[in-house]
This record gives sequence, C-alpha cells and structure tokens, in this order.
Amino acid sequence: MAKRSFLIPGVDKRLLIKDSLKTMPDVTRRRFIAGGASLGALTLLTGCDVVDSSSAETMLAKVSKFNDAVQAWMFNPDALAPTFPESAITKPFPFNAYYDLDDAPDIDGADWKLEVRGLVDNKKSWTLDELYKLPQVTQITRHICVEGWSAIGSWTGTPLRDFLKLIGADTRAKYVWFQCADKDGYNSPLDMRSALHPQTQMTFKYASEILPRAYGFPMKIRVPTKLGFKNPKYVVSMEVTNDYKGGYWEDQGYNSFSGS
Amino acid sequence: MASLTVTDERVGATPAKVIQPAWVRIMHWVNALAMILMILSGWQIYNASPLFGFSFPREYTLGGWLGGGLLWHFAAMWLLMINGLAYLVTGIATGRFRRKLLPITASGVLHDVRAALTFKLGHDDLTVYNYVQRLLYAGIIVVGVLIVLSGLGMWKPVQLYYLVMLFGDYPTARYVHFFCMAAICAFLVIHVLLALLVPKSLRAMIIGR
Repeated sequence: MAKRSFLIPGVDKRLLIKDSLKTMPDVTRRRFIAGGASLGALTLLTGCDVVDSSSAETMLAKVSKFNDAVQAWMFNPDALAPTFPESAITKPFPFNAYYDLDDAPDIDGADWKLEVRGLVDNKKSWTLDELYKLPQVTQITRHICVEGWSAIGSWTGTPLRDFLKLIGADTRAKYVWFQCADKDGYNSPLDMRSALHPQTQMTFKYASEILPRAYGFPMKIRVPTKLGFKNPKYVVSMEVTNDYKGGYWEDQGYNSFSGS
Repeated sequence: MASLTVTDERVGATPAKVIQPAWVRIMHWVNALAMILMILSGWQIYNASPLFGFSFPREYTLGGWLGGGLLWHFAAMWLLMINGLAYLVTGIATGRFRRKLLPITASGVLHDVRAALTFKLGHDDLTVYNYVQRLLYAGIIVVGVLIVLSGLGMWKPVQLYYLVMLFGDYPTARYVHFFCMAAICAFLVIHVLLALLVPKSLRAMIIGR
C-alpha cells in the first residue's frame, strides 16, 4: 500500500499553513489566555474545592491507603531503629496526649489485668506481677511524634514477639489491636510484622523506674519503628485479629501504618 | 501550476523559536502545583510543633488540621517526586541542563548581578540564560533534591536511616527541610516577580515561544 499524501504537488506546505492560519483567530493569544485560565484552575484543583470537597477527601484517603501499602512494602523486619547512649536521653521526657496530665488514667496496678483476646491459644488474663516476671530488655531509642518533634528515652520491658509466642498467638494474623484506658477509649491497630519486630516492646519501666503515670502506667507498647501515636499507653487489652478495627487517631485521618 | 510554486526563501520570518519545549512547560507547571501543595500543607504540619517562635497564618495552610495537612503532604509528595525525577532524568538525558545552566562562573555571576542591579541586564534572547538565572535555576534544583531527601529521611528515619545520616540526625533533617522550604519560597518570590517584569518569559513557559 502506498503512503497517502495530503500534499498538493508544487505547493509549499509551510506557506499554505501560514495562509490558513490567517483565517483563524489569534491562536497565540488564545492559547496564552487559556494557559492562564488553566493555571488558575490548577490552584483550585481543576474545579474541585481544595479544602472541603468530599471528592478531595476521598482522593486523599485513597492515597493514604496506597501509602500504607508502600510503607508495608518498604518495611524491613530486620532494620533496627537507631539506639543511643544514656547521655542522649531527653530530660525531661515530654508528657504528650490529647488531654492534660491530670486527666490521664490513674490505674491501680494491683487491680489491673492485661486481657488477651482473639487468635491466641491461651486467653488467660495477666496480672502485673506475672508480667514483671517475664524476661526484660532495655533500649534507648528516639520517639518521633506525628507532630514532628522527637525525644530520646529509655524503655524497659518484654519484647512483644516473645509474649505473642508465649500465649500461642497466630502470628499469621494481620494485626494486634490494643485497647487502652485513656478517656474516650484510645485504641490502635499494629500490623503483625511490626508487632514481631525485635524492638517492639511491652514496656513496664521508663529510665529503669516503674513506668510513671505520665508515660502510660502500668503498660505501654513501645514501637520504635512507628510514630508516637502508634505506641499506646495505659494498655488494658490486646486482640490478635485479621480485622482492621481502626484506631483513635487512625479513624480521624492519621495514616494508619505511620511507620518510621 | 508553476505560479503556485514558492521557494523557501520567500517564506518570511521563520516560525518563532521554541524557547521552552513542551516537556519543560508541563513539568514546570506540575511542579508549581506540587510545590504549592507541599508548602501550604507543610506549613500546617509545621504549626503542630513549630521549630521557631512563630506559626504560619491558618489561612495560608492546607488541610484544616495536622491530620489533613499530613494527608495532603504525603499525597502531593508523589506528584512532586515523580515529576521531579522525570525532570532530572530528561534534563540530564537531553543535555538541557548542561546546555542551559552551564558553565556558571564567578565572574559571570558577578557581572550579571551588577548588570541586574543597575537594570542593564538584557533579556533579548530568552533561549540563553544569564548567569544570575543559571545560578538560581541550578541552585533551586539542588535545593529541590535536598528537600526531597531530607523529607524522605524524616518520613522513614528507620527504613531510610542512611538518608537521616546524610544530614546528621532526625532533628537536623527537620531543620534542613525547613530551610530548603524557606529557600524555595524566596526563590518563588524572585522568580514570579522577574517573570512578571519580563512577561514574554512567562508567555514562553506557557505556550513555548
């Protein structure tokens, strides 16, 4: 098949185009204005109201889910959070919550029991004395808050993965979901791979002293590979589950994986 | 038939030279959008825990609250990074960076700064960047790379530990990230001002010529 030619023999195509352009409106000017208009439209995200629009919110929620997947893919179970010497500890280590220290849970250690639920062999509840008897390790790591600030602290407790093994947890499950005694019911899901990370800890002591009320007495979950809000304090129960049960901040829009 | 024949010589002025190829224009405006989204959402995040004794006015922040600002920031970052990476690769592969931004000599910069301050810096040929432009455009590319690297380091200080190490530690990366933002804002002010002073340069970035 021969190529079809639209050219008229003997006619200079550039001249032809030039002539035909004369019959059209000032293209240059039109395109310039159109360009300016679309620039204005860009700042409004092509028509959808940037701040309040539900379509923008839906889009952002989708990207956040995508970011969960990217972070899970990036997560290296063997990568350790940097540890620091004692001299690097931030003093005083900040108290941080969505309430004042006066409103922090005031838990009686003698009454408190850690409830264990979900996909585990042994659902017995644990008293503080029983938990204190488990082997403990100390680590000095950087706590990074979702707000941007960070502080270095010393946490002592039992690696969560040892405890999960002890209670016969199904470690193929997707999450360990923590519930806390904070007012309004704090809770937070932790993906299983992060729960099994060697530095993830059931924390009973801060700076070698029994965990003070400000930092989550009687038990905090310290996850140095997560942002601070994924480190629940005043924990009262844990559930091994395949269901995503949401979390206090996660439900309000903080990225759910929020890994470091 | 012969009367229709025209020679090339008779075609008067050649079509205006393309100053900004389509890929530069597209990436420039995508970057402009991404940068504005990143800056306004970044200010929202900054306000949650200010590094200095001031906050950004609420009306110039994006997202409504910290959580919203973070959602915008970590969505727009993909736009910024993918577009920025494509820009770097294309700029290097096509030789445009080398052609347009190099060389940058101290004497050239001094000469053109002096000329600019006395309003003697010409813009007759938009295809050739003067030394002030070269320095600013090359400099802002470096700042762009730094702000992405420090940002990635802050986002993943454990998984991307080597990025944090590049800047010293996590808190230092935060300051680097902030000052890069400040440099970009300063650039933006000068850049927009100069584009408005030489409108044909703005036109070239929109329609190419």
